[in-house]
Amino acid sequence: MKTAQVIMATGANAAAQAVKYARVDVVPGYPITPQTSIMEYMASMVENDELNARFIPVEGEHSAMAAAVAASAAGARVFTATSSNGLLYMHEVLHMASGGRLPVVMCNVNRGIFAPWTLWSDHQDSMAQRDTGWIQYHCSSNQEVFNTILQAYRVAEQINIPIMVNFDGFAISHCLMPLTLPPQEDIDQFLPPHKPEWRLDPANPSSFSNVTMAAEYAPFRQMLSDDIIASIPLVKQAAQEYKEATGMWDGDTIDTYRLEDAEVVAFAINSMAAELKLSVDILREQGIKAGLLRPRLYLPFPAEDIIAALPQNAQVMVLDRNYNFGHPGGILASELKSVLFGRRNDITVKNRVMGIGGIDLTRRFMAAEIRAMMDE
Amino acid sequence: MTTSIKQLPDTEQVLSGNGACGGCPATMALRIVGKALGPNAIMLLTPSCSVASMGMTPKLGYNWPGINITFATAGSSASGITHALEIMKEKGRLEGELPTVFSWVGDGGTYDIGFQALSAAAERNDNIIHFCYNNEAYSNTGVQRSGATPRGSFTTTTPTGKRQPKKNMALLMLEHNIPYVATATVAYPGDLYDKVVKAKNIPGMKYIEILAPCYLGWQFDMSDTVQMSRAAVRSGAWLLWEAENGKITFNNPTSLIINGKKAAEPVDEYVKKQGRFNRLLKGADSAERIAEIQGDIDREIAFMRERAKITI
Repeated sequence: MKTAQVIMATGANAAAQAVKYARVDVVPGYPITPQTSIMEYMASMVENDELNARFIPVEGEHSAMAAAVAASAAGARVFTATSSNGLLYMHEVLHMASGGRLPVVMCNVNRGIFAPWTLWSDHQDSMAQRDTGWIQYHCSSNQEVFNTILQAYRVAEQINIPIMVNFDGFAISHCLMPLTLPPQEDIDQFLPPHKPEWRLDPANPSSFSNVTMAAEYAPFRQMLSDDIIASIPLVKQAAQEYKEATGMWDGDTIDTYRLEDAEVVAFAINSMAAELKLSVDILREQGIKAGLLRPRLYLPFPAEDIIAALPQNAQVMVLDRNYNFGHPGGILASELKSVLFGRRNDITVKNRVMGIGGIDLTRRFMAAEIRAMMDE
Repeated sequence: MTTSIKQLPDTEQVLSGNGACGGCPATMALRIVGKALGPNAIMLLTPSCSVASMGMTPKLGYNWPGINITFATAGSSASGITHALEIMKEKGRLEGELPTVFSWVGDGGTYDIGFQALSAAAERNDNIIHFCYNNEAYSNTGVQRSGATPRGSFTTTTPTGKRQPKKNMALLMLEHNIPYVATATVAYPGDLYDKVVKAKNIPGMKYIEILAPCYLGWQFDMSDTVQMSRAAVRSGAWLLWEAENGKITFNNPTSLIINGKKAAEPVDEYVKKQGRFNRLLKGADSAERIAEIQGDIDREIAFMRERAKITI
């Protein structure tokens, strides 16, 4: 019996390894910092015959997503990755992937958006795609990136909705961490080959994304909206089955830390949430009953799991790495408040925006911020 | 020997009953293309007349699976499909002869918004046929100027006539070093048919551009589509040529014009048949502006004659 292997890998390498384990067929790719190394890994894997797939070196992200969507419509399992303005450039085609019910899986390596120019991380890029009809995960470690991509294929192909796996540029994409690679057979069992219900096939000459009258268009949109919410049980099931196959667990829709008796709850996503576990420890040492709630699944927003997990009368400190323009603060805080409204009146929500454009979020800084928020 | 219209196969891929205008040159051309490609093909379309007229979800009036894609992405989308099919066949998930992957796109989706993705697909030499049915304007949205609109032509966004000449898109595609480029038009169905058959059997990127005189945009009687197509060729406003591995050959009757065996008809006659040049003809400077159009045509003929001599 083959056993798992542990290597040192960057987040970018972890993503590429997952794509290899998923036996992806087509990878259109275009470079953008800090995503570039994923595409370099993919190109090398294909050229070195480590992965039996086609790498399409397209001329831009709009085309990367277009090629991914079209290859998916032809029946292939596809992958691509991007960051920042690359993701914004894809925007139109993201809608085609979700509206077309094509199970594309993509990594977005979070980076602040232009202008002015920044190379470093915040979450404005993926948050700006909130209404494209994609499911969005946010990962807090290299291992979680690997695990989540494989779970994402499982979910996407069950419900025919594209999935974006987000993780911070540099903090995850370029940092080496130990990465456990399970035996391929275990993954093959967890993630069987993609068998689409429908594909472009001359034996079945039907149209795809043709002109559609309102009487049919409106139900299509309603179905997409309903199915995005209906993906929550599938996300949980995929996490559970992945755990059974590999022994690894990052949480399902949410991940929590020292939450049960917490009076002060840090609420954040992506790499900063990993660091926040250490902030929670600092606060606990200071006598503050702190805990962490990290939505691993950002979209659909896991409302029921958040409502069930928050301790009574908790103060929730939402740390947003994005702006909710037109409102004070960030988008996560808005999402959380909308979920709690009328259901958990015992909860107080406070919010700060931080870490924009890659400002370093250390455990001490965030612990101090949370302390300051308590006095507000 | 060019296939005659009587020799074209009876099989139809353009089925009866679709929403195209009477006399629609794109539909006419697609019918001939269908006879050459047969049923084993996958069709990509960008938002255009051929999508608007093909029927409502999930039906379509073409006997192929047809995917309507985002406007700018004919090149990259077709690449995605052809790579997907090839790798799935290599992995044993598809059997039999792989379908021909072809894009059926207007001049807007080719010359303008689709140019970048198409150029990249050509540079990669991906195994697709890109058809541009060129009606020299955005006809589906009610006739606006495109990069294919000739100088002097009225459109709703060039209300006093376009001031710039069109670009030579087929030549631009040739300069991507792709294995096959051809131009055609509906008045010469056998020529179009032969070119499609040839393209179908060549691996890599193929580009075929079909001049499609649109009665609505060009403002002529809808029964005159084929005559207008023929007039375009006879005046030299549209040149019929093909290039295999970079070597240009002119097809009849363009070859006669290029070789000096027959003079191109003066552009006056061609222009006067079309309402889109009306304002220009009525203006005080009409002689000057017709001379500009004639100048554009003469330059293209002279340029292509010389370009064809380069066989490196």
